Amino acid sequence: MNLSQILILAKETQPTESMTDAAASGSTLILLITVFVLAVFIGFEIITKIPPMLHTPLMSGSNAISGITLVGALLTALAGEPFLVRIFGTLAIILATMNVVGGFLVTHRMLGMFKKKG
Amino acid sequence: MSSTWIDLSYIAVIVLFIFGLKGLTHPRSAVRGNMLGSLAMFLAVVVTLFASEQFDWTLIVIGIAIGTVAGCYLAYTIQMTAMPQLVALFNGFGGLASVLVAGAYLMIVVDDSPQASVLIATAVSGLIGAVTFTGSIIAFAKLQGLKFIKDIRFSGQKLLNLGLFLAGLFFAFLVFKQPEHAILYYWLMVAFSLGLGIFLVISIGGADMPVVIALLNSYSGLAAAATGFVLENNLLIVAGSLVGASGLILTQIMCVAMNRSLGSVLFGKLQPTGGDGPDADVVYANVKSTSADEVAMMLEVASRVVIVPGYGMAVAQAQHAVSDLSDYLTEHDVTVEFGIHPVAGRMPGHMNVLLAEADIPYEQLKEMDIINPTFEQTDVVIVVGANDVVNPDAQNDPNSPISGMPILEVHKARTVVVVKRSLSPGFAGVPNPLFAADNALMLFADGRDAVVDILSALREG
Repeated sequence: MNLSQILILAKETQPTESMTDAAASGSTLILLITVFVLAVFIGFEIITKIPPMLHTPLMSGSNAISGITLVGALLTALAGEPFLVRIFGTLAIILATMNVVGGFLVTHRMLGMFKKKG
Repeated sequence: MSSTWIDLSYIAVIVLFIFGLKGLTHPRSAVRGNMLGSLAMFLAVVVTLFASEQFDWTLIVIGIAIGTVAGCYLAYTIQMTAMPQLVALFNGFGGLASVLVAGAYLMIVVDDSPQASVLIATAVSGLIGAVTFTGSIIAFAKLQGLKFIKDIRFSGQKLLNLGLFLAGLFFAFLVFKQPEHAILYYWLMVAFSLGLGIFLVISIGGADMPVVIALLNSYSGLAAAATGFVLENNLLIVAGSLVGASGLILTQIMCVAMNRSLGSVLFGKLQPTGGDGPDADVVYANVKSTSADEVAMMLEVASRVVIVPGYGMAVAQAQHAVSDLSDYLTEHDVTVEFGIHPVAGRMPGHMNVLLAEADIPYEQLKEMDIINPTFEQTDVVIVVGANDVVNPDAQNDPNSPISGMPILEVHKARTVVVVKRSLSPGFAGVPNPLFAADNALMLFADGRDAVVDILSALREG
């Protein structure tokens, strides 16, 4: 689902069509909520198995994953109009990229230090 | 690229993220797991860029370039002791990015009578993102020890927080209720949420920091998930909720390890129970102090030694000295293990990273539940810069403010050596009867100096 398509959809939608459109977006919302709830469960299942020893790398690594906002930032920056949107989008790209690149690198650095005996 | 292919690639990215996190369940597979995660992120960015038919590269390339350089710089120059503040800083960046993305998207759709669900998601994304941003920046400043930030408390603080929260909610409601002015209300809501983030964290300090960092970590994930609802993008929702779940679990673990509720960490204050609490002078009447030479003599005849590190070890940068001592003892057929309390340090797992940095094999790093039954067979315990997490009052004195907090039961060992600069109380502000126990000896010194002295005494002896 990329933003430009959503935008086109939004622009094409006339008020007269709003009934069916509302129904469609209602089911989309339910779908999204379903995905959200299931993902939270997967998260709980995996994270509880991670040993306390690795909790700091887990935090920095999951932090990098939360930089997925970068995809959202790219989508808004690509949308392009009005100009202020691109400025916000670009700022968000800078911040999210720092989050992603810095997060994964520092996690890599930390994990490299965990060594077995001998 | 058709939208089906984009969605399919996003699913591949999601699967890679999940396998990446699964890799973190063991140190052996963790490096590969992290690489899978970064590969997934790279794939997500490339797919997103090429999915768009025509776009202006300049701003995007500039943005990614600046972010990459800054991210690399931070990741490679940061000291391991400063990891908590770096994670806090990155959390903050993620939060602010969510605020900006939601705000920008609102500007795009506001004229096309957007769906109520999109408006709500936008408001939620901005609200959580803004709280995450300022909260993390304050946490960063506190952990960094910046001078202008103190533990600020004033009367009516809870009321102020409540007011800011309600104001934020009110404008979030207006974003949804009056879409024609949504942009104005959105930024007003963000402004109040920024304030809320500041005042929520500004009064929290010291040993409560691990909870705050974990919670903010969770928020940054939830903000990303909310942004996913705004853009109706599954990838953001899944990745964000994975992180949200991770942060919540860590928060929960930290709270259990301190025997405190999340509410009391965020809003309360650790109160000494008043007049009937033990007086420091009485508790410390029979404290015995020792010297590095004496400790060295005890270690020479020991067969099992446990080292218990705390935040003081990080402050004194003593991890390398501790590692040298551990190596020396191991070479002389002494079993050395490390007992690590879940909340030791300023973030979950902080001590493990410091000890790993000092080349201590991870098999020697033991969790509280594993190490506790072994203390009775331990000849010498060396406590370096830990206090409240080894306070036996947590088990023995039901009136103690830390009563019920799980502790490392070092007092059961034959001898306990506590390396500490003075008898000053830990974060909980209560005296520690361990220091005056019959089997305890105080070594009053800086953590690093003390360990170095013990080691040189061992080598000379």
